[in-house]
Amino acid sequence: MIVLRWLRAFAEFWIDFVVGDDWTVAAAVLVALLGSWGLVEAGVPAWWLLPLAALGSTAVSLRRTARR
Amino acid sequence: MVEVNAPVLVTTFFAAAIEVIEMVAIVVAVGSTRSWRAALAGAGGGLVVLVVLVAALGTALRTVPLAPIRLVVGALLLVFGLQWLRKGVLRIAAGGWAIGQGEEHVDDGDVPPDRFDWTGFVLSFKGVSLEGLEVAIIVVAVGGAAGALGSAVVGAAAAVVVLAAVGALTYRWIARIPRRALQLFVGALLSAFGTFWAGQGIGVEWPGDEVSLPVLVALYAGAGVGLLSLVRGWRRPASVESR
Repeated sequence: MIVLRWLRAFAEFWIDFVVGDDWTVAAAVLVALLGSWGLVEAGVPAWWLLPLAALGSTAVSLRRTARR
Repeated sequence: MVEVNAPVLVTTFFAAAIEVIEMVAIVVAVGSTRSWRAALAGAGGGLVVLVVLVAALGTALRTVPLAPIRLVVGALLLVFGLQWLRKGVLRIAAGGWAIGQGEEHVDDGDVPPDRFDWTGFVLSFKGVSLEGLEVAIIVVAVGGAAGALGSAVVGAAAAVVVLAAVGALTYRWIARIPRRALQLFVGALLSAFGTFWAGQGIGVEWPGDEVSLPVLVALYAGAGVGLLSLVRGWRRPASVESR
């Protein structure tokens, strides 16, 4: 029982660490990582994609929260 | 008497210093914004793991695959850093920059006041263990290649001592910055480190290599400040409608 509670708390900690208040930002980062990896594999410069996706998704998330 | 190989010592000092700066920046940032207890415990935990790894692997450290470690640590730092950047922007847009100066736990439900801050521990642990691993690899690579492992260890240890002292001297100055402003800039710092490492992990070639790191910090911090006025503008129509 104690182990189950500990495992649940452990899972909740990591979900909160990764997802936080808005899951769309973490999802956008994941998609951008996959996209960057695809560009690297194709031999195309990929350094611009991750910061662009990170800041773009954060801005969209802020807009949605501010308008609530 | 042990002979000192000066070129190896100096080379290792500066090569390790680049990694140690990143390590110290993360520990000081986490300690200043969350909990010094958690940040130092995380740093200590990271160093213990590192010592065990070095003792177990020795010169085989050169074969440790850094790319997947960089990808995982970088991606986690990036998503967490963006959360803090977002929260910092929302709080400053709502209440201004100055609130929270000199107070311990101002409007910050993220940091548990009555129990251990595991999030701060994990952030500090990851920063120290990843950067420490890179320092260990530098020591093994430079020292091993020149047959002067002792000089390489001294050079890296000197970099750790000097930069840890710089961190210890600057943390009081950092503690004077309002907490919500610190939250925005630490969010930018963690996001920049996360972007850089995750990118390296999947093989992205950053323009100028390590030079990209301060550029990324400036980009995220500048974007955070720029988003403040946008968020205030996005809030305005709602407050006008409610009148």
